[in-house]
Amino acid sequence: MRVRTRGYWLYLVPSLLLFLVVIVVPFLMNVGASFTRWSGVGTPRWIGLDNYTRLLKDERFWQSFQHNVGLIVAMAIVPTAIGLVLAAALFDYIGKKFGSRTASALRAMYYLPQVLPVAVAGVVWGWMLHPSYGAINQIFGLDLDWLGDPDLALATVMAVMVWFQLGYPVVIFMAGLQRVDPAYYEAAEIDGASWWRRFWHITLPQIRPEVFVVLLTCTIAALKVFGPIFVLTRGGPGNATMVPSYFSYLNFFQKSNVGYGSAIATVLALIIIVVTFLFLRVQERER
Amino acid sequence: MRGPGRWAVLFALVVLAVVMVFPFAIVAINAVKSPAEYSSDGPLSLPDGLYLQGLVDFWNRVEFGTKLWNSLLISASVAVLAVVLSVLNAYALGIGRVKGRLSILVLFLVANTLPQEALAYPLYYLAKAVGLYDTQLSVIIVMTVIQAAFGTYLLSAVLGQFPKEILEAAAIDGAGRLRSLWRIVVPISRPTLNVLLIFFFIWTWNEFFLPLIFLISNDTQTVPVALAVLQGEKYMDATMSSASALLGLLPAVAFFLIFQRTLTRGVTVGAIK
Repeated sequence: MRVRTRGYWLYLVPSLLLFLVVIVVPFLMNVGASFTRWSGVGTPRWIGLDNYTRLLKDERFWQSFQHNVGLIVAMAIVPTAIGLVLAAALFDYIGKKFGSRTASALRAMYYLPQVLPVAVAGVVWGWMLHPSYGAINQIFGLDLDWLGDPDLALATVMAVMVWFQLGYPVVIFMAGLQRVDPAYYEAAEIDGASWWRRFWHITLPQIRPEVFVVLLTCTIAALKVFGPIFVLTRGGPGNATMVPSYFSYLNFFQKSNVGYGSAIATVLALIIIVVTFLFLRVQERER
Repeated sequence: MRGPGRWAVLFALVVLAVVMVFPFAIVAINAVKSPAEYSSDGPLSLPDGLYLQGLVDFWNRVEFGTKLWNSLLISASVAVLAVVLSVLNAYALGIGRVKGRLSILVLFLVANTLPQEALAYPLYYLAKAVGLYDTQLSVIIVMTVIQAAFGTYLLSAVLGQFPKEILEAAAIDGAGRLRSLWRIVVPISRPTLNVLLIFFFIWTWNEFFLPLIFLISNDTQTVPVALAVLQGEKYMDATMSSASALLGLLPAVAFFLIFQRTLTRGVTVGAIK
């Protein structure tokens, strides 16, 4: 019996309507606004590509993207690298020598920060990093203004983000390792392969798909990052931690430059879409 | 590696785990210290006793009960509504295989990865125009659509592998589409739906940007927004800051403990797809 597919369209109708109102129309409005000068009230004035040419010359805009690169390192690359070693150590070493309960207890501890609302994580760290009463200065006997010093602020935010992100790759990679046939490891062990050799030649190739997914999702998260910046530094001091998402927020809601903010948001959206497609392309070729 | 070597590896991993949970511990310790104790002994000493006044004061000052209720209301509504929408979509795409399903899926996926900044101002403008600005309903609607976009993507793949024979048998018995969905597809995919439900709940709970823009009054704010906006205000001293951090941590940790299994399993389901 052939199942006819026409009637199934009905089930998409509620979503497509909502989708149109909440995603498609607002996104097109945003792109439209990016070609105008508009304060948010009154009639937008069409100015063509002026916002975009202004962006290209705006030092704050370029800086904000440089900071994004730093955050990609802190949120995607470093956690992936550390996460690989941790997951392999937990799976192939701790799990075997000390039991799987020890391994999953450690995994849970690494994962804990991930359950926090990122804004709350910011509140926690803002308090710990406080220059006069914070715990961090006390522990290390230092007197640094971690978030208030322009030379330190970005590095501090990056460190907090490593802490926040680390558990995600560990959990994903450990799940991926479940797929690996234990016979590989046994054979390698009989051949006398060292732990590092097993890591390079078995663990890493086996969980390539997971590595791709983690790098992609974390890179997108780093490009979008807003909450921790809002809570920890509000882009400051000066522009030391300005990121595109906060920069557009600033233009929307504080400077009443809605057109300019829309242009920033449009560029950010395009970059994210391009990054996603590139990643998926590479991933497909891998298969 | 033998003898001391294996203990060295374990030791290193345990040290890292302690570093990871350290903020949770130190927040808990300091949230139960009196301001006097904090200023004399600093953040690293253990508390002399349980001083709960700081927590109580903070709770009352920010009407924390209201914020909790708002977060709960918004997250639960979004979770349920987004699962319903995801199931309807996935039924049409995964089982119905309607024409153009691939482009629809790509569309949903792109919607889920779009930065919210690229929707934020128009949504803010539209919400004001229809009188939904500063209501929980505005956030519920927008978040439902965003979460359902992801849910559709995931569930369509799951339902794409749904055993067709069961549905055909039901059709022969005279079950209509809606009946098949409700009586057969939903019960059989319940485990996946539960994972989605929990994920949508927690993601929405953790959401910051859109609630920050939409919910500006005290009566509508969610927990993360209230805490973030208070951060850095004048009356926040050291003990009150730690009290606020603890109250932000507790619900999240509670969810983690309740849903731990589903969460760790679910995070991987979401990632591989």
